[in-house]
Amino acid sequence: MKARYSIFSLARNALSSHENWPQAWRSPEPKKEYDVVIVGGGGHGLVTAYYLAKEHGITNVAVIEKGWLGGGNTGRNTTIVRSNYMWDESAALYEHSLKLWENMTKELNFNVMFSQRGVLNLAHTLNEVRITKRRIHANRLNGIDSEWVEPEQVKEWVPIIDLRGNGRYPVLGGSLQRRGGTARHDAVAWGYARAADALGVDIIQQCAVEGFDIEDGRVTGVRTSKGAIKAKKVGVVVAGHAGVLANMAGFKLPINSRPLQALVSEPVKPCVHCVVMAGAVHAYISQSDKGELVIGAGTDAYNSYAQWGSNPVTEDTLAAICELYPLFRRMRMMRQWGGVVDTCPDASPIISTTPVKGLYFNCGWGTGGFKATPGSGHIFADTVANDRPHPIAEPFSLERFKTGFLIDEHAAAGVAH
Amino acid sequence: MLLIPCPYCGERAENEFSYGGEAHKPRPEVPEEISDATWADYVFLQKNTKGTYYERWIHSHGCRRWFNLVRDTLTHEIHGAYRMGEAPPKVDEKTYV
Repeated sequence: MKARYSIFSLARNALSSHENWPQAWRSPEPKKEYDVVIVGGGGHGLVTAYYLAKEHGITNVAVIEKGWLGGGNTGRNTTIVRSNYMWDESAALYEHSLKLWENMTKELNFNVMFSQRGVLNLAHTLNEVRITKRRIHANRLNGIDSEWVEPEQVKEWVPIIDLRGNGRYPVLGGSLQRRGGTARHDAVAWGYARAADALGVDIIQQCAVEGFDIEDGRVTGVRTSKGAIKAKKVGVVVAGHAGVLANMAGFKLPINSRPLQALVSEPVKPCVHCVVMAGAVHAYISQSDKGELVIGAGTDAYNSYAQWGSNPVTEDTLAAICELYPLFRRMRMMRQWGGVVDTCPDASPIISTTPVKGLYFNCGWGTGGFKATPGSGHIFADTVANDRPHPIAEPFSLERFKTGFLIDEHAAAGVAH
Repeated sequence: MLLIPCPYCGERAENEFSYGGEAHKPRPEVPEEISDATWADYVFLQKNTKGTYYERWIHSHGCRRWFNLVRDTLTHEIHGAYRMGEAPPKVDEKTYV
């Protein structure tokens, strides 16, 4: 077991100028063979490896990552965590996840800075008011905290907001999930990497998958830039490239890949105390602990694997931010970036077995995968270990596109898919 | 910002257009006679290529006509546009890992 992080280890290492901290995880060369290879070293992949080792006793596991840990969408999102989704299937999935968030820092002995500061979803039109209230009722029936707030309460939560919304999109109220909030995205990847490594999982970065070895309809290994690796089972968790990997394995997915972009402003004093999402005008905002405004914009209108967003999308979002928060009109943006998200037709993910035996996909999280990180990995590990969908994962199988049992979460997802 | 060469109007900015997804995906002739899997393939499954992609666009805020475009989904390079029913231009097709 690794040395635990604590006030005492901090003090001890301070005495040696912090030069003797041990490595948080090893960087081994890949072995010839593993019981399970997880493709994708983002949050979801690392959590999967962690639970394979911790709950299923499968420790001969490799996580292989094309770039660096958490360098994909784990490090590119706006870090919003909530569970107020509409349908029972999604409520089970996201609430399972939110409960794991609440204990994550303690479980990992790694501060993921999970801050339950509350998530407000604004409603700007009568239709949005109706669907928001309907969703609040659905949430409460599923035991998820969710409440309607009137415009004057919105103003109390976010004093700098202009409720008139330039007349065209006034704030008519919203839903509030007090248990929702934000977390430090890099820490999530690092925390799980450290915990998985301590349980014996090999984390191999700079190792791109170039193909699968498939014999008689069963996967036997992966071909990578560091050579062939044999595997009894392969779990693919690659946000933004699920379609590319499915093509390598010889099947198609119901996924379109699009860039989703975000922006960060110069740091200012605390002025936005919760997360505020405005779906109708597409402007999400929260404030990081450093004081930067973290702004979420929309997806591009067309398929793309370029990790930047289209300018008209940036402009639309910043226009909406300026109307809702006139105070920010002279705020300067420091950075803008995009992450490639795999969008599904029903704005719900795919956690599934595939036409290839021993090959499992966890993908299609679209614009909202970060919040599901721990729950997604937890049920995917169970799915991989037992070669059948975990009960929570069952409705999210690939089969639903044949049976027609779609789980339409476009309204709860917020970002247009 | 893409500059899209509408075959009817010439080059215009991307926000004059709307996207129609994968091109050359014919609707099954007799839907009631095909399996659910074939129908799901037509309705939902996508090539979603990383590389040269044939896709449909409509010039919504212009001539309002549909056409096809050949574009690289990684570099955003546009190889050409052609009218519905026309053969696509010869392109050196690329895919990336």
